Amino acid sequence: MTAPLQRPKKKNPVVKTRSPTLPPWSRSRVALGMTAAAAEGRLALQRCGACGAFQYPPREACHQCLCIDLPWTDMAGEGELISQTTLLHSHDLYFRERVPWRLGMVKLDAGPTVVVHLHGDVGAPPERVRVAARLDRAGMAVLVGLPQEETAHMADDRQLREFTADPKFRRVFVTDGKTPTGQAVVRALVAAGADLVWVGHAEPWKLSPGLSALQALPQVTLLPLDVTDLRSIKDVASQVGPKVDILINTAEYHRAYGIGSRQGTDIARMEMDVNYLGLLRLAQEFGPVMKARGADGQSSAVAWVNLLSIFALSNFPSHGTYSASKAAALSLAQCLRAEMRPAGVRVVNVFPGPIDDEWNQLLPPPKLAPEAVAKAIVGALKDGIEDVYPGDVAQEWKTRLAESAKGFERELALGSGT
Amino acid sequence: MSGRRRTDYAGVAVAVPVTVPYVRYSTKSAHWWIARALAGVLEGAGLKKSDVDGVCVSGFLLFPDTAVGLMQHLGLSPRWLDHIPMGGNSGVVALRRAARAVQAGDAEIVSCLAGDTNHVDSFRQTVASFSQFARDAVYPYGSGGPNASFAFLTDYVMRTTGITREDYGKLCVAQRQNALSFPHALFKKPLTMQEYLEARPIAEPLHLFDCVMPCAGGEGFIVMSEERARYLSLPYARLLGTIERHNAFPEDPIQYRGGWAMDAEDLYAQAGVGPSDMDLVQVYDDYPVISAMQLEDLGFCPKGEVQAFIRANTFTNDGTLPLNTSGGQLSVGQAGAAGGYLGLVEALRQVTRRPLGEQVPEAELALVSGFGMINYDRGLCSGAAIVGRGGVS
Repeated sequence: MTAPLQRPKKKNPVVKTRSPTLPPWSRSRVALGMTAAAAEGRLALQRCGACGAFQYPPREACHQCLCIDLPWTDMAGEGELISQTTLLHSHDLYFRERVPWRLGMVKLDAGPTVVVHLHGDVGAPPERVRVAARLDRAGMAVLVGLPQEETAHMADDRQLREFTADPKFRRVFVTDGKTPTGQAVVRALVAAGADLVWVGHAEPWKLSPGLSALQALPQVTLLPLDVTDLRSIKDVASQVGPKVDILINTAEYHRAYGIGSRQGTDIARMEMDVNYLGLLRLAQEFGPVMKARGADGQSSAVAWVNLLSIFALSNFPSHGTYSASKAAALSLAQCLRAEMRPAGVRVVNVFPGPIDDEWNQLLPPPKLAPEAVAKAIVGALKDGIEDVYPGDVAQEWKTRLAESAKGFERELALGSGT
Repeated sequence: MSGRRRTDYAGVAVAVPVTVPYVRYSTKSAHWWIARALAGVLEGAGLKKSDVDGVCVSGFLLFPDTAVGLMQHLGLSPRWLDHIPMGGNSGVVALRRAARAVQAGDAEIVSCLAGDTNHVDSFRQTVASFSQFARDAVYPYGSGGPNASFAFLTDYVMRTTGITREDYGKLCVAQRQNALSFPHALFKKPLTMQEYLEARPIAEPLHLFDCVMPCAGGEGFIVMSEERARYLSLPYARLLGTIERHNAFPEDPIQYRGGWAMDAEDLYAQAGVGPSDMDLVQVYDDYPVISAMQLEDLGFCPKGEVQAFIRANTFTNDGTLPLNTSGGQLSVGQAGAAGGYLGLVEALRQVTRRPLGEQVPEAELALVSGFGMINYDRGLCSGAAIVGRGGVS
């Protein structure tokens, strides 16, 4: 049984903070298909379009019939553990720092034998096991062998935690607690066991609804923060930057309309200032210090979450300038992901459909409850997911974009997208 | 399997077994080690470089060169050249390729050479980039290298057959005894069963002395006609039979048997002898589990009964079945692809009665088995050869 995670001891200031190392990240191009699915929390293996055989390791041709149509196909991952080992020696620096390390060989019911990182609660072979895909600290998909049934404190498994960013006992910075979504995120983090939650709020002289209730939570500390003001960000970074394990950027500026319904660029400029430049400023001030803490013990810096929008993926004309600012933020988030990768700090992008708040008042349902967004964010941290599409609208957009991005663009232009 | 009987290796001589003394770490390249092996076989045969018209080469660390670049490097102009990237199966395969070349007249003097270096960091790099499947689906899982792969196999076999660490230890301890008289073995102290059992764990259930030690070294021999060997007054071995197989039993969920199980019958049929006729056996021994598997799959005992076989036999050079008579890789060291030659070269010394260490008494017939290339979850190449005492004693 997994021992429950304990609150980490206070850091010894005399001991050097360990430099982050990464597990081996080199992969063949074809293998990245597994990473694409794992980034969304799915296990997908190649499956032959002709004979239906599952393939693993990833191949360029079907090992049964030589067909080259091998779409990545979601699968259940049910199988039997047929062999195990525990490494006490590794050729790689990352694992060398983490031995003993348990591994298993699993014969999947679907056919292939796979090597997996093996959860401590899985019994000795032969044993039924559930294989899932996770992203490792290098951002690459790996397979993990999990107990078939949920066990007590299962998420606290030392190896599994290398693949996740569970908020439990971690210190989280939420950049904007004034919005219903920001507040829901804070509450969800507290419920998930976060140790400390710093919550930014712009224009502190204005009393926003809900803030005082947040402040009453013992884990929560409010910090004045305006992401359009570099001085303000630097102040906060100097106070809490070196302690932040997870940063969740919920700050956004959202107004309706596209091009023709507006005069001038003031609104668009504000959207860019908060949604795009705000992220850039935060990344410049918090990114380096979080990178330095990528291997800082049990509660190292582990994740950076961007609250984007499904409109970042294709322009939603009636919220056209907002869509553009979120597209800019998405592009920057990809840059941030690349720059945080060497430290093993995961950048999570969240693409909600319209949230049920004041700025989406005129959009028809379905709309996402702020609590649903918060649940998706915490769930992504717990499961180690990198790209999150919460809600039915986001899921539909994702599917339609994959089917035909151009066709979907035309539908959105005709006003029938959502 | 086709019913057609394979052509024998009549008239083929295998001569001039050479070992370039191993070192744990070398600052030289694989080219250096192969060059030393070539110089060794030429000197041993009394031949000039220009006499060599066929070359077989194996070396993991020749990269970015292949056998082709090596020919310019060494100033050779062969009319027959083969690069055999089969790791632990390289020796057997080089031998059977070269034998056919000589029989067909495509080449007359085929130098079979293997060598690899071992820099302080080269083994890690080899393991990290060993194959596409290893890079995608093994190395990111703890980066244990072959230790992890064989730990899986050992765990499986121990659990399903009841074989114990003591049984595997008996093989390791006997091989160390054999190594004590072999001057090039890197392990020079006796190994006791207690030391074997109490050694530190590496990848459960494997402990230190289950795992081969990477090193640098070179091996070589020459294949020619018996006529030529007699003319040169070279002691030589005859080749009675060979087999090779790749990616055997791909449907097995774990490699509890190797290609030998498919081909052993063919091997003995071609050679006209059986396992009980062997005076000594050289199995590929990077880990004892695979040594034991070869004994089963090559018919020394029924499948699944190797535990009883190990208990009933002794494997030192004066034992009931002398096994890995120079100490094998587990006691000599694993010099990359040269590890795939070590057993064959030693077998040639034994049956030509030119041992560097102890001579197995009345060694007439030797079985050499190869195993190589853990591509993903199993070794893909298997092979075996039976060599017998030839002429010009």
